[in-house]
Amino acid sequence: MPSVSYRVISNEIISNDNMWVMKVAGDFNARAGQFFMLRAWDKYPVLSRPISVHDLGDGYIAFMYRVVGEGTEILSKLVKGDDITLAGPYGNGFPVDLTGKIALIGGGMGVAPLLWTAKQLNKPDVYLGFREEVLLENEYKAAAGNLVTKIGGTILDDVDYDAYDYVFACGPLGMEKALVNMAKGHKAKVYVSLEKHMACGMGACLVCTCFTSKGNKKVCKDGPVFLADEVLFDEL
Amino acid sequence: MNYSFDLKEVSFKNPVIAASGTFGFGHEFSKEYDLNLLGGISTKGTTLEARSGNKGQRSCETPSGMMNSVGLENPSMEFMLKEEIPFLQKFDTVVLANVGGNTIDSYVKAADMADKCEGVHIIELNISCPNVAHGGMAFGIEECPAREVVGEVHKVVKKPLVVKLSPNAHNLVKVALAVEEAGADAVSLVNTFSAMKIDIRRRKSVFNNLYAGLSGPAIRPIAVRMVNEVYKAVTVPVIGLGGIVSGEDAIEFIMAGASLVQVGTANFMNTSACINVIQGIENFMISEGINDLSEIRGIVK
Repeated sequence: MPSVSYRVISNEIISNDNMWVMKVAGDFNARAGQFFMLRAWDKYPVLSRPISVHDLGDGYIAFMYRVVGEGTEILSKLVKGDDITLAGPYGNGFPVDLTGKIALIGGGMGVAPLLWTAKQLNKPDVYLGFREEVLLENEYKAAAGNLVTKIGGTILDDVDYDAYDYVFACGPLGMEKALVNMAKGHKAKVYVSLEKHMACGMGACLVCTCFTSKGNKKVCKDGPVFLADEVLFDEL
Repeated sequence: MNYSFDLKEVSFKNPVIAASGTFGFGHEFSKEYDLNLLGGISTKGTTLEARSGNKGQRSCETPSGMMNSVGLENPSMEFMLKEEIPFLQKFDTVVLANVGGNTIDSYVKAADMADKCEGVHIIELNISCPNVAHGGMAFGIEECPAREVVGEVHKVVKKPLVVKLSPNAHNLVKVALAVEEAGADAVSLVNTFSAMKIDIRRRKSVFNNLYAGLSGPAIRPIAVRMVNEVYKAVTVPVIGLGGIVSGEDAIEFIMAGASLVQVGTANFMNTSACINVIQGIENFMISEGINDLSEIRGIVK
């Protein structure tokens, strides 16, 4: 999927801790949990930034990101009409074709892909944990069957793991590890979206390898979504 | 206009090779552009036995570059030859099998297997990987082990043998001369620079292995100098690499003495980087009225 240049529609800060949502114009097709490689600069910084699909609709795609370094800093400076290069979608997303009762769990930046995920499912229950404030409550509420939010603490305590057939989760590694332990012995089968430093984003360079019970997998190409039981979390 | 180059019996249609470790076995990039356009492709570094690679964080971005600590993750030489090379064989481009190892015996066996595979045109012996605990770069640091491993591999290899050198060598020119004497048909340089990145909050190295390999535009001026030094010392062709992003960058390496160039980290900056470099070389030749790259090769001494 060669890189293509698109136009920014809007780019707004949505939180006190530097989280942003950027909308880009174009007709896109992406599964929930897939990502694009974003670039709005020429040679430096060297690497493009892998950002998951936050939302997708008629004539636009949206990305939610937090400014943490040079690349996201540049992204945050883009305004309506600016060019941005997107390559993708890459990776395998969440298995949205599964039937059964599904809960989505997001923590921190991990809430980003769950809006588009909720929209691709039939009103799943959505559990979101935030650091300081609840973000985009109306958007998530519209896509969710039941929306549960929490500020601080852990949203994992709010989920009944016997009430669901599947749980799709995205959040910090520590949260995902804790989730795997909490869900153990319960009905819900857990899928997690993993994050690792990437370079190529498409499966060539092997810097984002994840060790699983089924051998080495590439987070960018085989993931970022994996069946949690297969991930060797202690070796990540 | 001629920018082709023959390394013994192997003809490169243009001087640009996709560098080992940045291009996998070509599948991903074949979806980006026509691989027939490339002068050559150097495979992901492959060892006799499969390797799982390093644990922990494997890459980090640096000013104008990146560091990696993949640790030669690969599916084994047997697997590569059976499952990956047939795909590359479909293209009209030179295939370099990048061979790693940790003992002389494992280098010899792996190189021998690659040499006997029809789809492999050149053996690129990697004695310069900084990311594996035993072997790899250990062979490329001093002249003696370098001479020994290349000599043993040379005995079994009939195809052109390229030796990929480490910029971390204590005396790069001496290592280059040693591998030439041991039978190398060409040398490629430079592999990554051993480097360090510290996570100051955790007070630890970012990498489990402590050090990792630095690549990208940040190392380019040092790589050009090293290519020049080696070019002036050896008689075999030199393949230059280290941070090449554009045709102009490649021309610098050629003026420093390189016969061929490799493009690595730039593949992550722009998936069409190799194609841009080829195009850039063509444009430069046209605008400067250069008919053959030999007119400018090693012109700066």
